[in-house]
Amino acid sequence: MLPKFINLERLLKMSNSNCLMLSGLEPLIIRPDALFVNVGERTNVTGSRRFLRLIEQDDFETALEIARDQVEGGAQILDVNMDEGMIDGATAMKRFLNLIQAEPDIARIPIMIDSSKWDIIEAGLQVVQGKCVVNSISLKEGEEIFIRQAKSIRRYGAAVIVMAFDENGQADNYDRRIEICKRSYDILVNEVGFPPQDIIFDPNIFPVATGMEEHKTNALDFFKATKWIRENLPHANVSGGVSNVSFSFRGNNTVREAMHASFLYHAIQNGMTMGIVNPTMLEVYDEIPKELLERVEDVLLNRRDDATERLLDFAEQVKGGPKVKSKSDLSWRELPLQERITHSLVKGIDQFVVEDVEEARLAANAPIEVIEGSLMTGMNVVGDLFGSGKMFLPQVVKSARVMKKAVAHLLPFIEAAQSGKPEAAGKILMATVKGDVHDIGKNIVSVVLGCNNYDIIDLGVMVPPERIIETALAENVDVIGLSGLITPSLDEMVFLVKELNKTGHKIPVLIGGATTSRAHTAVKIAPQYDHTVIHVNDASRAVTVVGKLLKPSTHKAYEEAIKTEYEDVRNRFEKRTEHKTYVPLATARASRFQADFKTHPPVIPNQLGIHQLDQDLADLVDYIDWTPFFRSWDLHGHYPEILSDKVVGEQATQLFEDAQIMLRQIIDGKLLQAKAVFGLFKANSNDQDDIEVLSDSKPYFFRTLRQQLLKSKGRPYRALSDYIAPKNSNIQDYMGCFCVSTGFGTAELAKDFEKNNDDYSSIMIKALSDRFAEAFAEFLHKEVRTTYWGYQPDETLTNQDLIKEAYKGIRPAPGYPACPDHLEKETIWELLEVDKRIGVELTESLAMWPAASVSGYYFAHPEATYFGLGKIAKDQVKDFATRKGITLEKATKWLHPNLNY
Amino acid sequence: MSNIKNLLEARILVLDGAMGTMLQAYAFKEEDFRGTRFQEHHIPLIGNNDLLSITQPKAIYDVHAKYLAAGADIIETNTFSSTTIAMADYALEDVVTELNVASAQIARKAADDFTAKDPSKPRFVAGSIGPTNKTASMSPDVNDPGYRAITFDELKLAYRQQALGLIEGGADILMVETVFDTLNAKAALFAIDELKEELSNTIPVMVSGTITDASGRTLSGQTVEAFLVSISHIDLLSVGFNCALGADQLKPYVQRLSQLSDCFVSAHPNAGLPNAFGEYDQSPEEMCALLEPYMSDQLINIIGGCCGSTPEHIRLIADAAQIYKPRAITQDV
Repeated sequence: MLPKFINLERLLKMSNSNCLMLSGLEPLIIRPDALFVNVGERTNVTGSRRFLRLIEQDDFETALEIARDQVEGGAQILDVNMDEGMIDGATAMKRFLNLIQAEPDIARIPIMIDSSKWDIIEAGLQVVQGKCVVNSISLKEGEEIFIRQAKSIRRYGAAVIVMAFDENGQADNYDRRIEICKRSYDILVNEVGFPPQDIIFDPNIFPVATGMEEHKTNALDFFKATKWIRENLPHANVSGGVSNVSFSFRGNNTVREAMHASFLYHAIQNGMTMGIVNPTMLEVYDEIPKELLERVEDVLLNRRDDATERLLDFAEQVKGGPKVKSKSDLSWRELPLQERITHSLVKGIDQFVVEDVEEARLAANAPIEVIEGSLMTGMNVVGDLFGSGKMFLPQVVKSARVMKKAVAHLLPFIEAAQSGKPEAAGKILMATVKGDVHDIGKNIVSVVLGCNNYDIIDLGVMVPPERIIETALAENVDVIGLSGLITPSLDEMVFLVKELNKTGHKIPVLIGGATTSRAHTAVKIAPQYDHTVIHVNDASRAVTVVGKLLKPSTHKAYEEAIKTEYEDVRNRFEKRTEHKTYVPLATARASRFQADFKTHPPVIPNQLGIHQLDQDLADLVDYIDWTPFFRSWDLHGHYPEILSDKVVGEQATQLFEDAQIMLRQIIDGKLLQAKAVFGLFKANSNDQDDIEVLSDSKPYFFRTLRQQLLKSKGRPYRALSDYIAPKNSNIQDYMGCFCVSTGFGTAELAKDFEKNNDDYSSIMIKALSDRFAEAFAEFLHKEVRTTYWGYQPDETLTNQDLIKEAYKGIRPAPGYPACPDHLEKETIWELLEVDKRIGVELTESLAMWPAASVSGYYFAHPEATYFGLGKIAKDQVKDFATRKGITLEKATKWLHPNLNY
Repeated sequence: MSNIKNLLEARILVLDGAMGTMLQAYAFKEEDFRGTRFQEHHIPLIGNNDLLSITQPKAIYDVHAKYLAAGADIIETNTFSSTTIAMADYALEDVVTELNVASAQIARKAADDFTAKDPSKPRFVAGSIGPTNKTASMSPDVNDPGYRAITFDELKLAYRQQALGLIEGGADILMVETVFDTLNAKAALFAIDELKEELSNTIPVMVSGTITDASGRTLSGQTVEAFLVSISHIDLLSVGFNCALGADQLKPYVQRLSQLSDCFVSAHPNAGLPNAFGEYDQSPEEMCALLEPYMSDQLINIIGGCCGSTPEHIRLIADAAQIYKPRAITQDV
C-alpha cells in the first residue's frame, strides 16, 4: 500500500521514482539520483565526548552550538542521541529538541531521533513538528514489538531506519542481511502499511582488518546487501554508520579517513542513500594516495589474503613516518633474551619465539617462571602500547598468537615438572549480555587472557542472564567477564549482578565495552553486588586485573582497594546529583534576615565620600595572614604551627625564611606600591534586594543575590541587602566600598626573576604581593571601622583576632561566596572611579589587574555576618537580569556557577 | 457519504463562510450566552460562540441554513474551540463532549433538511477541529525557549475527545483547520487515526493550514512544502489553506500546494485583510473575483470563505464554482 497523499505521478515525472521526503522547517526530498545525504552526527552522546560532557553538565546552550555547527557544516539531517546510562535520556532528548525548534537555522533540517530505547524515541517524536527519521527499530525482540513500534512511528509521521537484526541476532553475513531486510520489509509494507520509501535499512557496517578471519568480508557483504536491497525491495533506502568500518585503526586518522572515503565510494555505488559520518574524518576519495587506496580497497573488497597485514604495515608508515627496519632486518636478534621476547610479542613475530622461550626455560628454575616472567614482561609492553593507542587491535591479536605459541611450547615441560596436568591460572566466563551482539572487545580479552594461561568459557553474544549464572556455577568459574557496547546493555549488566547476588556466590565480575564506564560501574552496578565488580575497558588491563584478583597474596587488598575507589566515585557522584530543594525568590524574600535597626541604629560615618591612600608597606606586615601563603606553595597547615610540623615543618621553615628576606627587600627597596581608594556613602535597601547608594546625590545600585536553598523553618534566606536599612523604614543607613592593590611592580619583578631562570623567586614575589594586598584590605578595614567611619572607635584587636574576623561588620568581596556575582565590581569601579584614581583595571572577565588587588563592600551592622549564597533558581536569575537591565543570557553566563539548573 | 470523493472528481464543492461574522449580527449579550443552563457559571461566557450550540441552537441552525441556501455543499460545525484546552478559558472543560455532539447534530439536521429538499445536491457536515490556543512546538516564554505550554499527549487526548463527539453527533468529515503549528495538527491526526482504527470508521479527514504572513510560512516556521511533507503520513481527503490572508495573498501558496499534493486541495481565505477596525470589508464581488483564478487555473477542489465572509460571498462563489472544472488528480496505483 502506497500513501495516497503524495502525488506519485507528479514525482515520477520529476524524478522517475518514489522518494523519501523528510522535513524540518524546510523539506528534504531525497530523489533516487540525489547525491549522498550527509547526516550530522556530533550531537550524539555516544559518539562525541564533548557533546556528552555538555549534556552531563546541563550546558544545553553550548550543545546547541554543536548542532548549529553541523548544519552550517553541511549536514542535511541532524542525528540526536542521548543514550547514556548516567543521563535521563527521554528528558534530555525532549529538552534538546525543544531548544532546537526555537532556532530556525538549526530546525531548518530534519531530525534523526537516534536511540535504542523506545521511550526516548517516542519522547523525541512528540516534540518535533517536521517529519523525522527514527534510528532505529528491528526484529530483535520479535515481530509483535516491531509491528507495534512501526505502527506508532507511522502515526507520528516519521521515516524509520530498520537494523538488520532479528531474534537470532545481528546479521553478520550477506545471506542473513538480505533475509532479515526482506522479512522486515514485508511486514512493514504488507502488515503495517508503512510507506516503502519511508523505510531505510541499516544492514550493519562492521569493522574490517581486525585480524579475525570472519571479519574479512564485512565490508563486501555490506556492499552486496545494499545492492540487493535497492534491487529487490522497491523504494527502500539504505543507511549506515560509516566510522565503524575503521574501528581497528583508532588513533590513525590517515588510514581511517581513507577507509571512510573509500567505503562511502563503494557503498554509494551500490546504492547507499545516506550515512552517518563525521565530515572531518573523511578524506576526498580522489586524494587518497594510490598506494594507501589500493591497500584499503584490498581490505574492503577482500581482494587478497594478506590484505590486512599489508594495510597494517602501511598504517605504521603513514603514522610513524618511514619505516626504519625492513622485514629482513634481523639485527634485533642480537639483543638480550628478554628484549628479543618482547620484540617478538610486540611485533607479533612468531618465527623465533619458540627458540627464545626454550632458551629462557633452560635458564629458569621452573618452566612456569618463563610465563610469569619473560612472557608477561613482554605482554605488559603490548598492553601499555595498546592502552595508549600506539598499537591497533589486530596487532594485539597477533601478539596473543605469539604468546599462545610460546605457552604451547612450555606446557609439556610444566606438566612434566608438576607431574600432572598444570592447573590453569583460573577459569573465566566471558559473555556479551542479552540484547547485545558486539563482541570484538570481548573476544580480544578472551584471547589475551587465554594465552595468559586462563581457561576461557566464552558463551558468545546475546547471552541470557540465567545462562551466564547457570554456567558460572556449574563450571565453578573464578571470574565472570561481561561485555556490551550499546546502552541498554548497561541495564542488563545491573540486572545480571542483582541476580548473581541472590545466589550468594562471590564471583568477581568484570565489566567492559564501549558504553561502560567506571562511573556507571561504581554508581549503578557495584552497589547491587556484595562482591567485587570492576570496570576493565581494555584487553591490556584485563590480564593485570584478573591476575591481582586471583592471586591469593593480592586479591584481598586489591578488592578492598577497588571497593574504596568505587565508593569514592559514588560519593562524588552523589554529591553532584544531590537533590536539593529551592524556594521561589518571593518566598525567600518574605523570609529575609530581619536586621534590628532599632537596637543598632546606623552610625553616621565621620568622613563621608571618597578617599584615597598611598600606604607604606611596612605598616602592613603585621596584618599578613601567613596560612594562605603556605597553601599557595602546596604546604598545608596553619601558621605558625606549620613551621614545626612533622612532615612539612622543615620545608615550611625554609620557605618562611626566604619569604622574610624578600619581604625586607620589597619594603626597603620600595619595590611594590600600595594604593587604595574607598568611599562611604548614604545607602538604603529596597524590597528587591537592591542597595541604593548615593554619591553626590547620584544613585548607584548594588544588586545583591538572595539564598534560595530550602532551609529549616524560621531560618532566614540572606542577601547582603538585609544588612542595610530599607528605604521605607525612613532610617538613613550607610555602606562603603573599596579597592586596594599592592600589585604595582609585581609583574615586572617576576619577569626579571624568570629571565634569570629563578622561578622560585618569581613565584615568591607573586605570593607575597597577594599577601600584602590581603593585609592592606585588613588594615584599611580597621582604619575604616575606627576612624573614617568610626563605628568601632575603641576597637583593640590583635592580628589573630582580625584573621578570626572578630570585629563588627563585614567586608565581602564580589566573586566570593556572599556575592559571587562579579558584575557588581563594575558598579564599584564606576562609583569610586577606581581605574582613574589608582589604576586598578577590570579585565573583560572582571578580574582585577594588577592581580594583587582586593575590592569589596563595607557593612557596619553588628548582625552582619559572612554567608554563602549557594545555588539560586531561575526566577532569581531572571529577576536579577531585569533589575540590572541586562539580558538573561548575560546574567546566566555570569551567575553560571551558582545556578541550580 | 461514500460519494463525496466521486462528487469532488465531478465538480468543485463549496464550503461555507464565517460563523463568527454571522453571529455578531445577533448581538448576543452575556445572559444570551449563558441561557438558563449556565446562569450560575462563575465566570463571564460572553464571546464563547461555540457555547451557543447549547444555549442558542436556533441561531446556529439559522446560520447553517443561510449558507446552505446560498449554495454551500459542506458546512462546518460550530466547534472551532470545542476542546478542553480552549474551553479552559471559560472553565467549561466538562461540557466539551456535549458541545461537539450538539454542534454536529445541529449541522447534521440543517444539512439533511436541505438534502431532502434537493437530493441531487447532497450536503455534508465537516466537524471543525481548531488549533486550540496553545502551541506544541513553540515556547510562549521568550526567555525560556525550551518551555512548552502544552504536550503532544495533552493535545492528543483533547482532540480525541472532540473527534469522538463530532463523529457521534453525525459529522461526515473531520476538518483539522487553521493549523498554525504543525505539531498540534500531528497530534490531532494521531488521535483521529487511532480512533478510526478503534471504531473501524473510515470518516475522511481534511487538513487546512494557515500561512500567517508574507513570509510564506506557518506560524511555527514551516514552508508550504515542509508542512505538506509533515502531514503526508495520513491518508487525507484534502489539504489546503485557510484564514490569515485574503484570496489574492494566499494564491501562490495554494498553487505550490496544488503542485505537490495528490489529494484534493481546498482553500477558504478571509474576505481580504482586516481594516483598521478589525473588520473585513472585501465585498462578495471583490472576493469572488479574486477566487475565480483559483478555479480557472484548476488549483482547487473545495472552495469557501473564512473570516469576514457571509452567505452573499458564498452565493457568488458557489455560482462561479459551477462554471469551472475541478482540479484533476490522478489516483495513485
